[in-house]
Amino acid sequence: MIDKVAASVAQALEGLPDGATVLIGGFGTAGIPNELIDGLIEQGAGDLTIVCNNAGNGDHGIAALLQAGRVRKVICSFPRQADSYVFDGLYRAGKVELELVPQGNLAERIRAAGAGIGGFFTPTGYGTELAKGKETREINGRQYVLEAPIHGDLALVKAERGDRWGNLTYRMAARNFGPVMAMAAKKTVASVHEIVPLGSLDPETVVTPGIFVSRIVQVARVATQAGGFKQAA
Amino acid sequence: MTMAYTKRTKDQLAQRVARDMFDGAYVNLGIGMPTLVANHLPAGVEIILHSENGILGMGPRPAAGREDYDLINAGKEPVTLLPGGVFFHHADSFAMMRGGHLDICVLGAFQVSAKGDLANWHTGEKDAIPAVGGAMDLAIGAKQTWVMMDLLTKKGESKLVERCTYPLTGIGCVKRVYTDLATFECTPQGLKLIDTVEGLGHAQLEKLVGLPILPA
Repeated sequence: MIDKVAASVAQALEGLPDGATVLIGGFGTAGIPNELIDGLIEQGAGDLTIVCNNAGNGDHGIAALLQAGRVRKVICSFPRQADSYVFDGLYRAGKVELELVPQGNLAERIRAAGAGIGGFFTPTGYGTELAKGKETREINGRQYVLEAPIHGDLALVKAERGDRWGNLTYRMAARNFGPVMAMAAKKTVASVHEIVPLGSLDPETVVTPGIFVSRIVQVARVATQAGGFKQAA
Repeated sequence: MTMAYTKRTKDQLAQRVARDMFDGAYVNLGIGMPTLVANHLPAGVEIILHSENGILGMGPRPAAGREDYDLINAGKEPVTLLPGGVFFHHADSFAMMRGGHLDICVLGAFQVSAKGDLANWHTGEKDAIPAVGGAMDLAIGAKQTWVMMDLLTKKGESKLVERCTYPLTGIGCVKRVYTDLATFECTPQGLKLIDTVEGLGHAQLEKLVGLPILPA
């Protein structure tokens, strides 16, 4: 019998080695799997490469992981936010490496990894600093940059509901990077607020089919907090 | 003789941009000043707003107390979903952009070149932490990229330039530039005037910009 339900976050994250690449869902504070990141801090693996759109808010989640000195490199599109002071300090002190990737390239590089694509030509970033040193090609009169897939050893995804086969649904814009990250890692752990019996998720509304998910773990529902934005002038 | 003219306020500028939106357009409004355009969309036209974090059919900010931080815009501020609005993941969202499915994208800018190069993500300062977000994808993705900005910096230098000195976001991607003093089209031949505020003459505008401007 297939049962991907883990009894605890700790059990779901067992065995992650130092030096792993961890894909972490979320945009701003929506869709960030906070309980799984806390579990990652507990679990103890270090020298990590973190792939996430942002580089942490306040003192919790990814910011806490950074503060604990467990991250060697961050691959993201938008590290600088109104409350990203932990990352800012470490970056300025040269204690964390940054690979800055345009947001759409980030999503597509992750998707490519999940889809078995060895690389792709994108028009985004052509002629800019972020394409420096990368192979370019003219295709049908337009200039493109070759981008490589981003594979994860582990993906941490926040979903809404799941079943023991690992099928997932999401909530509103908290979906963001979850579905592509779930595809792109050797092991994907999803947190859900509700584990439902097999057959009770409407198959028409499942966003991530269970084949992409290794473990699911239930966490209490906590309303997503604000964070990361500047008050309008 | 220098004639008297009045700058467009931020809201008047947003109104000017909104006037050029058409019924049925799929539009992405960048963070900052461009978001004001949503407040001035012409009555009787249906515009579908896209937010790169996975929303089509984005509505205005909810009433106080009704915020749901799983429903936020690209600036991470709470928004609402209009009837018919939908959610999707990031790769699909940027496929909408990069794939040329969005009609219009409105962005802020540090500099725009006469031929439409855009610099809006980084001032190149040494101690600045670089952050690009979706700027490069947006710049080259939509069928039309419009810029909305003040024409001059606080020091009075033109932000429309022959060549951008700030790091580029995209090359030749800007079609129109809406400013507080005039509206321009970027063409392979350089800047072309669309309109100016009342009382601002062509020669006077060319002097402010420091570049030749083809007449409207």
